[in-house]
Amino acid sequence: MEINDFFILMKGELFLAVMIFLLLFIKVGKGMQNASLLTLIQVLLFVNFLVSLTFNREGVLFGDMFITNSLVAFQKSILSLGTFLISLLSTDWLKKHSHLPEFFLLMFSSLLGMFFLISSGNLLMFYLSLELATIPVAALANFDLEKRKSSEAAMKLILSSAFSSGILLFGISLFYGATGTINFSQLPGHINASAMQILAFVFLASAFGFKLSAVPFHFWTADVYEGSPIAVTSFLSVISKGSMAFIFLTVLYKVFQPLSEVWYALLMILSLATMFIGNLFALRQQNIKRFLAFSSIAQVGFILMGMSSNADMGLASVVYFVLIYVFSNLAAFGVVSVISAHTGKEHINDYKGLYQTNPFLSWTLALALFSLAGIPPTAGFFGKLFLLAAGASKGHYWFVIFAALNLVISLYYYLNIVRVMFMDKSRHPIQSIKNNRAANFALGICLAGIVLIGLVSWFYEYIQTLM
Amino acid sequence: MQPGIYHLLLISTALFFIGVYGFFTRRNLITMLMSIELILNSVNINFIAFNKYLWANKLDGVLFTIFIMAIAAAEAAVAIAIIINLYRSRQSIDVKHAEELKW
Repeated sequence: MEINDFFILMKGELFLAVMIFLLLFIKVGKGMQNASLLTLIQVLLFVNFLVSLTFNREGVLFGDMFITNSLVAFQKSILSLGTFLISLLSTDWLKKHSHLPEFFLLMFSSLLGMFFLISSGNLLMFYLSLELATIPVAALANFDLEKRKSSEAAMKLILSSAFSSGILLFGISLFYGATGTINFSQLPGHINASAMQILAFVFLASAFGFKLSAVPFHFWTADVYEGSPIAVTSFLSVISKGSMAFIFLTVLYKVFQPLSEVWYALLMILSLATMFIGNLFALRQQNIKRFLAFSSIAQVGFILMGMSSNADMGLASVVYFVLIYVFSNLAAFGVVSVISAHTGKEHINDYKGLYQTNPFLSWTLALALFSLAGIPPTAGFFGKLFLLAAGASKGHYWFVIFAALNLVISLYYYLNIVRVMFMDKSRHPIQSIKNNRAANFALGICLAGIVLIGLVSWFYEYIQTLM
Repeated sequence: MQPGIYHLLLISTALFFIGVYGFFTRRNLITMLMSIELILNSVNINFIAFNKYLWANKLDGVLFTIFIMAIAAAEAAVAIAIIINLYRSRQSIDVKHAEELKW
């Protein structure tokens, strides 16, 4: 290992670590005005995104513990971009908050954990980075210290994530007993689908299910999403879920390739259950955050479906879908967070007549929901199309038919919100909101992403070259 | 009789399921946290047993337990901080007083 390698291969992690220390020093030292500190953080996050785009090459560090290649680098840049957008979208809420440095300290620590997570090459590294990614988020969920719901959400998050990591560890320990190694590069050679290994794999997969909030491990999701501040909810539902999907892909395709028949069946069951339960529960939600929580559960079902193809196409379609999902979900959460920061309203009926007073916000939310539902001109359509095609590659067409049925169910509740905004009249609509420039800029980026990623074929082709 | 790997695995598996049972039945948040610690300790026993009896020439298992203990401490610290905050708003650490969010 040369010293140059170390600095170039770990540049994203090093930059984040420097940012964390910088924030700590600012906090301990004199402190800064909230507004200027927030601008500094947003600039730093943008630089972090640029850093993740440049000088990427393949390499391995610390004896196989840390692996990076162009695909991992691309995944990291998706996560950095998402975090940057979240910091812009929550400007209004954060400016008034008295604990701004701590908020970003925790968020950066969690992002650092996710970076290590998707480039981990060893089960120990995997476990450590997973904990680094989840523990700070639990503290973040409690960030509205005086709100009762916020602390309840944080309690549910920390307890369920601790429980799921206990299950994960039990699975890992059984794997260690059965194979004698915890290295991703050596594990496939020792896996022979014995009963003990399959048991261990089921433990491991259920822990992944917990973190991805796949049914039947989804119970914490809606509560945590509703109770936490919206910035944290969007971080959880986009960045955290995206990173888990990426590492799940790597683990399934690289490490557990010998068990592919086992996990194909498992993914099929999980995916169908997740789609149906997520969609059916989303139908009856009245709180918009809770509604988005169940819609994101349903989206995970489609991600799992794409994963099940066990080919390069599955990999490419999932990464592509997560990229689109970042833009469309962040646009939806962005509008919700702007409205909630200005008026405090989070009920779907409060959105009645939104189009009369806030045309830009309603169009943004409508396009985001179209993209989540998968309606053609938006990118979400192409994302879903590739996922379904990947799911069909094994020839189980009934699987695709059930997924398509779910698309129809989801159309109902996504379009319901569009109807409420555009067609319903209300005597007391939400008054016209004067949005600040940073949030508008982020919403603009999201809109551009929703439209362009689908229409410009370069994105998908680029992702395919990364395989 | 010398204790063998089966005895140790029996203990660790029992401990794991006691922890799972406790986590699902106990209504006190601190006790639920303790159940999670039981699960983590059962994993530790597993690792040590496998390391001693099956893979005596390797160190991965032993190292893993050290990290698990450290992370468990960090996790408990954050969890207890959250529970204290919950107690401030509700004057109780019982789960049944923390059910505003449901369905």
